[in-house]
Amino acid sequence: MTDRDKDRTYWLDDPANVKKIVWALVAVCALLIGADLLIHKHGYFEVEGYFGFYGFYGFVVCVGLVLAAKALRVILMRPEDYYDSDD
Amino acid sequence: MTSLSPGLILILGALPVPLLRGQARNLYMLALPILALAGVLLLEPGSYWQLSVLGIELEIVRVDRLSTIFGIIFCIAAGLGVLYSLHDRDPVQQVAGLIYAGAAIGAVFAGDLVTLFVFWELTAIASVFLIWARRSERSYRAGMRYLIIQVGSGVLLLAGAIVHFDATGSLAFGELGLGSLGTNLIFLAFGIKCAFPLLHNWLQDAYPEATVSGAVILSSFTTKLAVYSLARGFPGTEILIYIGAAMAAFPIFYAVIENDLRRVLAYSLNNQLGFMVAGVGVGTQLALNGTAAHAFCHIIYKSLLFMSMGAVLHRTGTIKGSELGGLYKSMPWTAGFCIVGAASISAFPLFSGFVSKSLILSAVAEEGYFVPWLILLFASAGVLHKTGIKVPFYAFFAHDSGIRVKEAPRNMLAAMAIAAFLCIGIGVYPAPLYALLPFDLDYHPYTGEHVVTQLQLLLFSALAFTWLMRTGLYPPELRSVNLDSDWVYRRALPRLIQGAARIFKPLEMGLRQAGLRAVYALILRTERHHGPTGILGRTWTTGDTVMWVAILLGVYLILFLL
Repeated sequence: MTDRDKDRTYWLDDPANVKKIVWALVAVCALLIGADLLIHKHGYFEVEGYFGFYGFYGFVVCVGLVLAAKALRVILMRPEDYYDSDD
Repeated sequence: MTSLSPGLILILGALPVPLLRGQARNLYMLALPILALAGVLLLEPGSYWQLSVLGIELEIVRVDRLSTIFGIIFCIAAGLGVLYSLHDRDPVQQVAGLIYAGAAIGAVFAGDLVTLFVFWELTAIASVFLIWARRSERSYRAGMRYLIIQVGSGVLLLAGAIVHFDATGSLAFGELGLGSLGTNLIFLAFGIKCAFPLLHNWLQDAYPEATVSGAVILSSFTTKLAVYSLARGFPGTEILIYIGAAMAAFPIFYAVIENDLRRVLAYSLNNQLGFMVAGVGVGTQLALNGTAAHAFCHIIYKSLLFMSMGAVLHRTGTIKGSELGGLYKSMPWTAGFCIVGAASISAFPLFSGFVSKSLILSAVAEEGYFVPWLILLFASAGVLHKTGIKVPFYAFFAHDSGIRVKEAPRNMLAAMAIAAFLCIGIGVYPAPLYALLPFDLDYHPYTGEHVVTQLQLLLFSALAFTWLMRTGLYPPELRSVNLDSDWVYRRALPRLIQGAARIFKPLEMGLRQAGLRAVYALILRTERHHGPTGILGRTWTTGDTVMWVAILLGVYLILFLL
């Protein structure tokens, strides 16, 4: 590993490129929702037939998961040496 | 020879390892898992080594499709583990790892509960050395906690087996089912080793404290042996569906806020076990196939993830998300392999998790378990979040931590490459895996509907992650520990005992002082008689002694004459 490597800038170092990835993700998600209209669904449960069920469910539960976990930190989080002190 | 338990090849083969040096040791250790795999493949279905000891029927080797698929994947995992740890010249770890893998293989071929118990305990004892091999106070304590719980599980298994034998007269390890005391104890023993909710925390406690290669090896065997045992003993036990759903869901909350990335992997291991346990609970042929297939794929991608994080720990000396970032610049191969593992655990189409987890979800839905199905779907989205994105993101991307290191050693890269190849290979062409499953299967994972819905689930979860990240709502990585069920025995119980000690202290002090006084008085009295000035402590002259001997002899003579 030389100093030249250390100073090298990578494609991802440019915030504009990160933004491009985000927009690509949004575009793919939009396409997938569009594809929902094309596929023929025969799931086991009624909800599976709802328009965009999987996408909607995935988004909502993940936001819920993260916010709930963030709230749990208030109860569960302790300093890193919590158990080292006197156990 | 062909009917020898393949586990013994690894267990006995491990013993000469410390005697070999350098390249010879490397080649020998790589040959062992290959030999064991050959041993597994050569086994014809049936029973071997049936012994009768003290009227108890033992069946050391029982071969059917369920034991064979677990035997095969355990051999593959052992091989990957050996290759990954070749740079490590620590014979303790090498011997322990091989014996541990061998014991797990021995256990899946055990046809009776006593043989199972023997191998079950051997996995516990051998594996703890992979934690202790880190040789720190912290790992010693974590290993001790781990060992107590693992051995405890074995004791419950033995107790259950004895009660079961007493009730039924049989020790055969077949379908047991809940209902009697014996089988309930066995179920509990399996449950501890399978990390059921609230019995789980030995896993998250111990694995991240193991050595770099130790964690890779640990992640493969213990819990999957428990999944196998549940599938063998308790298929179709309905409560397992709910236990599995709870297991799949709750560890992901912890994983979101955990800072130690190997501990994040331990939580997601727990979550993946939930899917397998739910499959056992459904118990249909499709579900049990799903459990076996998912265990197979899971062992490979979980090893791969632990390998990539181990490589990061090996090179940088830390595995805390708060200190890492930007490593893709110096460890691009490791980053790539980690992403393959992450895509597999997230069940992206064309990766192994997709073709195995689908079987379980379909089986749960087919039997109409709506709420467990919704929970498992939530867990599928969550696993993408916490492992699929979080682990590679914080280690290799996120903000650049400025850490610049060398790429992982070549043997590590080779092991990761093979695992990544298998992940993609199984995902693209699942037919050979499906052919190995316990029951014949006609299943097509790649339908348009299935691919689109799965991609929707995953990419919208990714979108949620991105949105939370860019708006700053996502909880940052913080140096911390999070309380879990181990708090009960690491904090609450010791505190309770200390508290009790404080209450009983006056009583105890009184007793102790009374005892001390009694001892002191005894010492004083002894000194009075036996001390330098005491009558019995004096030095006697020869004349005195002769006189006393003469008197004694005289008394003896008189008594004799009487």
